[in-house]
Amino acid sequence: MTDPVLRLEDIVKTFPGVRALDGVSFAVMPGEVHALMGENGAGKSTLMKVLGGIHQPNEGHIYMGDEKVVMAGPLEAKAKGIVFIHQELSLAEELSVAENIYLGELPTKSFGRVDSAKLDEQTNAILKKLNVSFDASTRVGDLSIANQQMVEIARALTVDAKAVIFDEPTASLTDAEKVVLFDVISDLKATGVGIVYISHRMEEIFKMTDRISILRDGQYQGTVDTAATNEEAVTQMMIGRKLDLSRNASTHDLGEVALEVRGLSCGKLYKDVSFEVRRGEVLGFYGLVGAGRTEIAETLFGLRDPSAGQILLNGEEVRIHSPADAIARGISLVPEDRKGQGLILGMNCRDNMTLPQVDDLKAGPFVAEGAEIAIFDQYRDRLDIRTPGWRQQVGNLSGGNQQKIVIGKWLSMHPSVLIVDEPTRGIDVGSKSEIHKLLRELAAQGYAVVVISSEMPEVLHVADRIVAMYSGQIMRTFTAAEVTEDNLIQAISGITPGQAA
Amino acid sequence: MKPGVFSKALKSGAIWGFVVLELIFFSVAGEFLSLSDKAFMDWENMLLLLKQSAPIGIIAMGMTIVMVNGNIDLSVGATFAIAAIVLLDSMTWPIFAGLGDWVIPVAWLLALAVGMLLGALNGFIVWKTGVDAFIVTLGAMLGYRGIVFMFNGEQPTSHLNWTLVDFAEAEFLGLATASWFLLAVTFAIWFLMAKTVHGRNAYAIGDNREAAVNAGIRVGPHMMINFAIIGFLAALSAVVFYSESGSVNPNDGQLYELWVITAVVLGGTKITGGAGNVIGTFGGVIAIQLLRKGLGHIGADTSTVNLVIGLILIAVLVLDRQLNIKGKEELKL
Amino acid sequence: MATLTRQQVGTFLAKQGILVAFVAFLIGFTIANPKFLTPDNILSVVRSSAILGVMALGVTFVVISGNLDLSVGSMMSFSTIVVLDLHDKIGPTMAIPAMFAMTLALGALIGFLVGYLKLNSLIVTLGMLSAIHGLTLTYSGGKNMDIVDKEGTWFSVFGQGSALGIPVPILIFVTLAALLGLVLSKTGFGRKVYAVGGNGTAATFSGIRRARTVFMCYIMSAACVATAGLMQASRSMGSQNTVGQGMELEVLAAVILGGASLLGGSGTIFKTVIGVLILGFIQNGLLLIGLQFYVQFVVTWIIIILAVWLDIAAKRGRLWSPIA
Repeated sequence: MTDPVLRLEDIVKTFPGVRALDGVSFAVMPGEVHALMGENGAGKSTLMKVLGGIHQPNEGHIYMGDEKVVMAGPLEAKAKGIVFIHQELSLAEELSVAENIYLGELPTKSFGRVDSAKLDEQTNAILKKLNVSFDASTRVGDLSIANQQMVEIARALTVDAKAVIFDEPTASLTDAEKVVLFDVISDLKATGVGIVYISHRMEEIFKMTDRISILRDGQYQGTVDTAATNEEAVTQMMIGRKLDLSRNASTHDLGEVALEVRGLSCGKLYKDVSFEVRRGEVLGFYGLVGAGRTEIAETLFGLRDPSAGQILLNGEEVRIHSPADAIARGISLVPEDRKGQGLILGMNCRDNMTLPQVDDLKAGPFVAEGAEIAIFDQYRDRLDIRTPGWRQQVGNLSGGNQQKIVIGKWLSMHPSVLIVDEPTRGIDVGSKSEIHKLLRELAAQGYAVVVISSEMPEVLHVADRIVAMYSGQIMRTFTAAEVTEDNLIQAISGITPGQAA
Repeated sequence: MKPGVFSKALKSGAIWGFVVLELIFFSVAGEFLSLSDKAFMDWENMLLLLKQSAPIGIIAMGMTIVMVNGNIDLSVGATFAIAAIVLLDSMTWPIFAGLGDWVIPVAWLLALAVGMLLGALNGFIVWKTGVDAFIVTLGAMLGYRGIVFMFNGEQPTSHLNWTLVDFAEAEFLGLATASWFLLAVTFAIWFLMAKTVHGRNAYAIGDNREAAVNAGIRVGPHMMINFAIIGFLAALSAVVFYSESGSVNPNDGQLYELWVITAVVLGGTKITGGAGNVIGTFGGVIAIQLLRKGLGHIGADTSTVNLVIGLILIAVLVLDRQLNIKGKEELKL
Repeated sequence: MATLTRQQVGTFLAKQGILVAFVAFLIGFTIANPKFLTPDNILSVVRSSAILGVMALGVTFVVISGNLDLSVGSMMSFSTIVVLDLHDKIGPTMAIPAMFAMTLALGALIGFLVGYLKLNSLIVTLGMLSAIHGLTLTYSGGKNMDIVDKEGTWFSVFGQGSALGIPVPILIFVTLAALLGLVLSKTGFGRKVYAVGGNGTAATFSGIRRARTVFMCYIMSAACVATAGLMQASRSMGSQNTVGQGMELEVLAAVILGGASLLGGSGTIFKTVIGVLILGFIQNGLLLIGLQFYVQFVVTWIIIILAVWLDIAAKRGRLWSPIA
């Protein structure tokens, strides 16, 4: 029996007040792609940090091959052949591809000079293996995100890697780029490297991986062969309960058209976009990163000026100059990046929630703090936000609760049009389904809701109609009845109906 | 053509275009407004320009690597003054009494060592406490200046050693010593930043410090070295200047950090770090010196010069922002 | 758990470190020179800190909004010179509003550049420091400004008068501090300043007009500087055109000492006032124990670094930086 490339045994990691990992065991065999799944907070990233030497386990051991090892720090882990490809790329944009790949290990000549000839030679050898279109001297800042990821992977190849850990690698890739990535992973697999694949995306996991290990609440739930299981079973292990992912048909009447967009264009970002949203319906926007969905939302919220086209609110044509303008007209946006755009992490929950209306809640010249607290209490109850109190800094809340604060913030404005961009990105499965239910409820109450999503199950579950976008254009608008996974995928991949599959 | 290519080319070449513009402007304006008969752009004047650029220019080279590294140093003016005092005063110290003219290189070394140590001190504090370079050097700006004043109150410190002055005033191959030093330092820092591991690491650290740390680069000592370099260069600038002048006032060097930073920013180095080069900085230094000279040539006084330099810095920032806006690609944040 | 308690104690010390150190200083100074804590001396310190204090109030707004203002020193010189000059030309009743208008115009320019054009505030205010200095020199022709008839005007009340036994400068400082404290902590504008400094992007996404908020912070700073200039001019009834030189550093030191983060989003008027007083007492204490005037520069340097270091250390939970 071959030894696993990597084995963690009974790892316990505690922080003050929290038992983040409770006796977790996990092993990766050489030449396998092993998925690691679990809700946010399940312990995946803590486990990886232990592996990477950033945290020391309180109990338990790590083995590589048949040897017990101690990961004293990130450099040690790297020296032992463990390589991470993180979500946030760690590259220096001004330097060349070669300099990035060999950062910290640049070949030298006398006087501390860089041996550029040798550097380029080594780099080109690696780049050839990856079959990339750019060369060693390209400035990394000039590359696309997908190519930058290739540079990171190339970096992994400079180390005699025994295990490579991918953390949500496909978040910013097009389908074509994903194929390239998967090829690279297969190649790595063939050389006997053990691969850990951390992702929330079921389709990829079921396509690419050999085994799946699941964590829940810091505890190891088990490992299954991918071929022998299905999404439902895995989800069950992740959350310990069954999720109802069936599609909800609209059970209520639709109101008038709240928002209509005609022939809207914005330079190269999107062209000739037309759609309408009625009160009582959820209009979904589905497509790949870069399809133009967020840019449309930003235009509707006054963050971008369109180059052509019209926006009509309640039948009247309007020009939206700024977010303050949009808000005044009854449009609210729950943005994509909740920490960077949706919240002020250093402020407390109440202040975050009442920020857009802080000028309207007045008691004389001062802010009416009582009214603010009332608003906070109302939405805390309505959305089931878990926080010790309104004084808690929003940065201390979990992702799901943070998202609820943002949603509460905008609901309290009573918008006529609510746009939600990636409502459940990076949120645990439990909170996810709560938010989906909420979106359906809001439609039932008469809001006009626009949901932008990159997760097919989500958009299928939540939307009454789905706008499929590709490369800045609307390919097709589906009703709930006519959409299938296949025709939706085709639409967003640029295939128009009538083309041969 | 990719968007941004034109503006990028414009930006790196822009400072030299600006220099040309200034030359043209002052030459023409000088014809009408100047009090002297000589043309603005004559050879002697330009050589003088190079020499007069040395004090700021030498320090600006150090500032380039410090800023590319992601830091900044506001204490260079005070360090400059301290080095000058050490240079001039040490030549009168009793310990060196028996050395005769050999006291000169000793004084030089002492001044340079002091500058380097003061710089290294800043770097060490930034490294070990994690306090931002801006605050550390802001405090040092005050503290080092305090030391300057503590030395001799508000009196100047002087010492004339004619051998030294003769050497400083000498010319080799038509260029003043100061000019040679400027060129040598420019070349040295260029080499450091473009060709050595230390220099390439500076870009990495300034651009993405975490990536640099993860790659195993020892960021702390690296930053300390860069601060030692700029401290050394501030002292070198003082040595070059005061060897000739022989007398230093405790207020000397004030606002040098402003000139230096202006030159570096004008030359295209990003304030946030990770990008910039020495050629651009050299252009920035020339541009500023040209401005001072040009304004003087057409009859403006120091207060006007201060006013104009301040406004130019701001104008450059505005222009830089305009060139960087990618139109519809940008969010209206 | 023993470690927990030690950690907590450590954090407490770090956070309150400044106050602890300050109390230690007070005790030390008093032992060295008993005159230190007499009512007369305390009053004198507070009074001489008033001008710096008023300036620090305005800068607090700027810092909380995530920016800097290094021009306040030269702007204060400008205000002082202008009001002294105009006093003799158009009388105090007209000179004061005129000076305020001119100073506010400068503040508006900076506010425009940093707020609306989004330029880097360090570089802009550094440039303005030089530009305004040049402007002041040009205006004054390099000469000192003096009021000719010092006795025959009510102008001296701001700097030298007293009401109900309290010197007017202190009254101005305290009133302004109370007023601005309320504005910062209780009004919508104050909330917006914290938001913009905490996360400017998120603030914009929440409908806040970020440019206008930043702009208004610089207006407040300029208004405070104008007030400080008035107090200074009124106190000495004549001035050099470099009177405010270097004050931007002391103001920043006071604000930092008070615990405001230079990254923006935190700090309060009250904390700034404490910082101003700490700075004032330390400077005074040093003088009283016979140290040379310039030693306080060195001491201020050490204090600034210690104050920020302890603040950062408390936030990250470790004294030394984890930089390799």
